[in-house]
Amino acid sequence: MTALADAFARARAEERAALIGYLPAGFPNREDSVRLMRAMVEAGVDIVEVGLPYSDPLMDGPVIQAAADQALRGGTTPADVIAIAGDVAKTGAATVVMSYWNPVERFGVEAFARDLAAAGGCGVITPDLTPEESAAWAAATREHDIDRVYLVAPSSTDERLRTVSDACTGFVYAASTMGVTGARSSVSGAAEALVARVRRVTDLPVAVGLGVSTGEQAAEIAAYADGVIVGSAFIRLVLDAPGIEEAESSVAGLARELAAGVRRRRIDAGPVT
Amino acid sequence: MASKNVVTSEEVAKGHFGPYGGRFVPEALTAALDGLDEAFAQAMADPGFHAELERLQRTYVGRPSPLTEAVRFGQEHCGGARVYLKREDLNHTGSHKINNVLGQALLTVRMGKKRVIAETGAGQHGVATATAAALLGLECVVYMGEEDTRRQALNVARMRLLGATVVPVTAGSRTLKDAINEAMRDWVTTVDETHYILGTVTGPSPFPTMVRAFQSIIGQEAREQVLAAAGRLPDAVAACVGGGSNAMGIFAAFLDDPAVRLWGFEAGGDGVETGRHAARFAGGAPGVLHGARTYVMQDEWGQTVPSHSISAGLDYPGVGPEHAWLHDTGRAEYAPVTDAEAMDAFERLCRTEGIIPAIETAHALAGAMRLGRDLGPDAIILVNLSGRGDKDVATAARWFGLPAVDEAAEGR
Ligand SMILES: Cc1ncc(COP(=O)(O)O)c(C=O)c1O
Repeated sequence: MTALADAFARARAEERAALIGYLPAGFPNREDSVRLMRAMVEAGVDIVEVGLPYSDPLMDGPVIQAAADQALRGGTTPADVIAIAGDVAKTGAATVVMSYWNPVERFGVEAFARDLAAAGGCGVITPDLTPEESAAWAAATREHDIDRVYLVAPSSTDERLRTVSDACTGFVYAASTMGVTGARSSVSGAAEALVARVRRVTDLPVAVGLGVSTGEQAAEIAAYADGVIVGSAFIRLVLDAPGIEEAESSVAGLARELAAGVRRRRIDAGPVT
Repeated sequence: MASKNVVTSEEVAKGHFGPYGGRFVPEALTAALDGLDEAFAQAMADPGFHAELERLQRTYVGRPSPLTEAVRFGQEHCGGARVYLKREDLNHTGSHKINNVLGQALLTVRMGKKRVIAETGAGQHGVATATAAALLGLECVVYMGEEDTRRQALNVARMRLLGATVVPVTAGSRTLKDAINEAMRDWVTTVDETHYILGTVTGPSPFPTMVRAFQSIIGQEAREQVLAAAGRLPDAVAACVGGGSNAMGIFAAFLDDPAVRLWGFEAGGDGVETGRHAARFAGGAPGVLHGARTYVMQDEWGQTVPSHSISAGLDYPGVGPEHAWLHDTGRAEYAPVTDAEAMDAFERLCRTEGIIPAIETAHALAGAMRLGRDLGPDAIILVNLSGRGDKDVATAARWFGLPAVDEAAEGR
């Protein structure tokens, strides 16, 4: 059982959804990014998603773009990202990397899976890689026991949901809405319908991301999904904080609010196979 | 190495060109790309679609575009070779971009969508898209790097006159690459009612295949015209390569003529050795950018490296995946042309032929000068004159030290 499966199983045993927190590696700098991610874990984040900053993040809104930019200007490399993921994994939280595809391919598909596994990471989310282009990646991740997480979207056909879910291990990432990352005042109603459709084709856990920023939204999603993913809202707090102390305490504060949110409503039905 | 049929139909159907192409996009776009694929296939099989496109090409664009023998330019600057210019500059809106745009705009209407978006570098694709949107009653938003809105101010004004909204993009290098990111972000959010009219043979499948199909009229016409004018096929075909649509459009008709050498000229900027260029083949490596695997200018970690060129339309760190495959198989050859060489060719064409080319196109003309000197006076060289230089007058005046063009006169 991988650390990811473990994290979802633990949450399920507690009749709640898992909380997944995203921050880019190297933002605001290397050391502080690890500090912030550790603070997330202490405050109740179950799974940490370490973002690999990329020059052309076409699925990201302005907040993540700004953070990735800052991390890149600080010289963050994919090797640093893997090392940072390793540091975060030492907290005991399941740690995955989120990366656009070109940096992984450039690093070497096999080497990326190998080095991440050696560092203690347990999975990779690839927002612009489709199962059709994944032959080498599937082999490398299988070899090194790294989970492969792909995204599904409200526009995905049923056939597509099956193809993508079949290619996933660990969990399925359901994009709540048609759009890019960024906090929204309400999470689209499309998410619940999408999760229900995904459940018909897989018994993997399904986590919902894009637009989640409050404990209230987390509670709402926790009623029907196995995981709640939050990114831009954490970054916003860091961007707005005058210093790292303040950033750390507001990140921890939001993590606590979200952790309470995912515990407020229980999952009413297990997955249908 | 030059195989006759470079790409099998099966590979094209899957959107691959050897190891290149494919689809590397957020899942949210998969359904739209599948829908586009299907709409395109249905349109291609529908005589009504062809008739409508043909009518617009004839009565609106002014096709067929003429073939002009550039006698003095060939004699004086191309080693005496016979040089023929395929006059895409004479199309309505001033470049080859309109060929692709009309095809995709008609598809937009067929798909029942009411809004189009586009990226633009030189502004020619943006102007063509704004034009077709006006013609067909579609809402139009064009994303353009802020740097490019400055150097192509005339085209920004044209788009606005045509009723389009121009959004200057301030992210990253503020050029074409960043405009494409922003257009993709718009598309992923609005895909139900919006079609993204991508302007070149890049991007996820089916764009490279579809744009090539709509541009292939250039080569079809040119092949017949050269045969009629010269009695034989050319020895070489030259085109500039930004994303590569004018090049694919003219190459397509000659892929099965192994004796015809196909030459693509990329922007060498200040020189490939300076790192300030847009030469993906001379200075890039295979990777993934904007939805396709192709040659990409990138650092050792796979981060895109900003490109540089005097020509906004060639200032792009990626290239169409079919060109990557033509490069690797050796069927087409690619070489960089510096800013200085391009501007030299620009001036020579102005002075010998009375034609002011786009600066993008001037790269192909500089390439033809090299080819002519190499191949000698018996050679026939066909050049795709992809666009006219009105938009570049201010840049050229600055380059040649002429009195500055009044910016108000440029339409700012
Ligand atoms: C006149 C002209 N030629 C060439 C290009 C380059 O594009 P492509 O390589 O797709 O033909 C442009 C792009 O803006 C252009 O305006």
